[in-house]
Amino acid sequence: MSTIYILWLRQIKRYYRSKSRMIGSLSQPLLFLVSLSFGFGSTFQKAGQGDYTEFLAPGIVAMSIIFSAIFFGIEIIWDRQFGFLKETLVAPVSRLEIMVGRTLGGATVATCQGIIVFFISMLIGFRIDNWSAFLPAVFVMFLIATLFTALGTMIASFMEDMHGFQLIMNFLVMPLFFLSGALFPIEGLPKGGAVLVACDPLSYGVDALRSLLTGVSHYGLGLDLVVLTLTTIIFLILGGYFFSKIEV
Amino acid sequence: MNIIEVKNLSKKFHDFAAVNDVSFNVAEGEIFAFLGPNGAGKSTTIKMLTTLLHPTRGEITLNGFDPQKDSNSVRHSFGIVFQDPSLDDDLTAWENMEFHSVLYKVPKAIRAERIEKMLKFVDLWDRKDSLVKEFSGGMKRRLEIGRGLLHNPKILFLDEPTLGLDPQTRNHMWNYLRELNKTEKMTIFFTTHYMEEADKIAQKIAVIDHGKIVAMGTSAELKEQTKSDTLEAAFLALTGKDIREDSGSSLDTMRRMHRSRMGLKK
Repeated sequence: MSTIYILWLRQIKRYYRSKSRMIGSLSQPLLFLVSLSFGFGSTFQKAGQGDYTEFLAPGIVAMSIIFSAIFFGIEIIWDRQFGFLKETLVAPVSRLEIMVGRTLGGATVATCQGIIVFFISMLIGFRIDNWSAFLPAVFVMFLIATLFTALGTMIASFMEDMHGFQLIMNFLVMPLFFLSGALFPIEGLPKGGAVLVACDPLSYGVDALRSLLTGVSHYGLGLDLVVLTLTTIIFLILGGYFFSKIEV
Repeated sequence: MNIIEVKNLSKKFHDFAAVNDVSFNVAEGEIFAFLGPNGAGKSTTIKMLTTLLHPTRGEITLNGFDPQKDSNSVRHSFGIVFQDPSLDDDLTAWENMEFHSVLYKVPKAIRAERIEKMLKFVDLWDRKDSLVKEFSGGMKRRLEIGRGLLHNPKILFLDEPTLGLDPQTRNHMWNYLRELNKTEKMTIFFTTHYMEEADKIAQKIAVIDHGKIVAMGTSAELKEQTKSDTLEAAFLALTGKDIREDSGSSLDTMRRMHRSRMGLKK
């Protein structure tokens, strides 16, 4: 069993052993999904934009992924002092292996959350165009998950305690989510808004999911994948670098 | 033969010298204690010895290796029990041990046998499949000791190992460790506040204060040097009676959060 595998496995075990945490982290995305689609559904339809549930579901899937992935970063801060991270830092393994194992594990967990939200959204009427798009969509989910897990790791490498993390949540993660076109269409946004959305990597992730699952795309699937992949690689490198500089 | 050699070791955080020109040697098979008040530099020194921190200046040789140049060889040479628990609460005792054995590249063929041996050594074999979150403080410490020894290190570092443990557990723990020291010639390096512990168990003691070693020797030598009856009196003579100014760091806040999270379980 290699180092990376066992670090990955550890994340998976921690996830499914905590049913309450699993359900708790699903509650917010589902709340958004149900309340917004029932709330705005008819308005959206009347504005000629079609079915809001269909529009919203990929955005909510992305929401559950980004939240799960960034929370993974909190784990590092806690682990750093109370756990497990010291055990890994003092072991004869490279920091890179540790980072890759943890990130892949965290990303897998976030992707699972996304998939669960996907299936639950089918319960409230979301329908996928074509099931052959499901696996590519899971791949995109994994890409988004990896990007934000690496970002979470990078940020957590700078923080000594939890307080700073709240700031990050409110001033970074929330804007990233709200400005990603997850909740509203990008077409027709005023120029300034459109620029902000275009700067948000999550926008391309949401757009890619929407493109695969519902056939509607603003940026085009090709551009989405290129931007996502490049940003993910950049954050993996940055995350890995800063993680390697952690001192306990 | 010295298994740890430290020469002119210093660590500065911005302007603050946490460790200031410290030198000492630990012989192989010795039980060595670092005694000092809060903020003296004990944990910082251990972190430098165990590759967690880079020294600002000075040389360290551990089992013949330099932690900065050959960190993996150094890491294979020691096991460590940290002051704050470093187990994964959501995994079982067995899984924690297995994790460690993979990280330390214990050969797969002997892994299970080695884990079983260590779990039995610390009397946790019957709880191997229980989640660590269910363990008491004493059980967790024992598991950490078993885990630290899994890869047959030459040195065991223990940072305030018996803090918060009841006397029976403390007694048990030191019995294991003394056994180990006698039979395997394992070097034990520990830090503590508990004077009787240092007095009864350590073969050599270094008293550290404000980042400097103020005295070093056997318990008897220290008492002789300060003309004191007890090690505690010698310690107070060497480090003064003032209460140390310790600011409430974020670490203390987290410790409090952790304790309440654990439901004040000991």
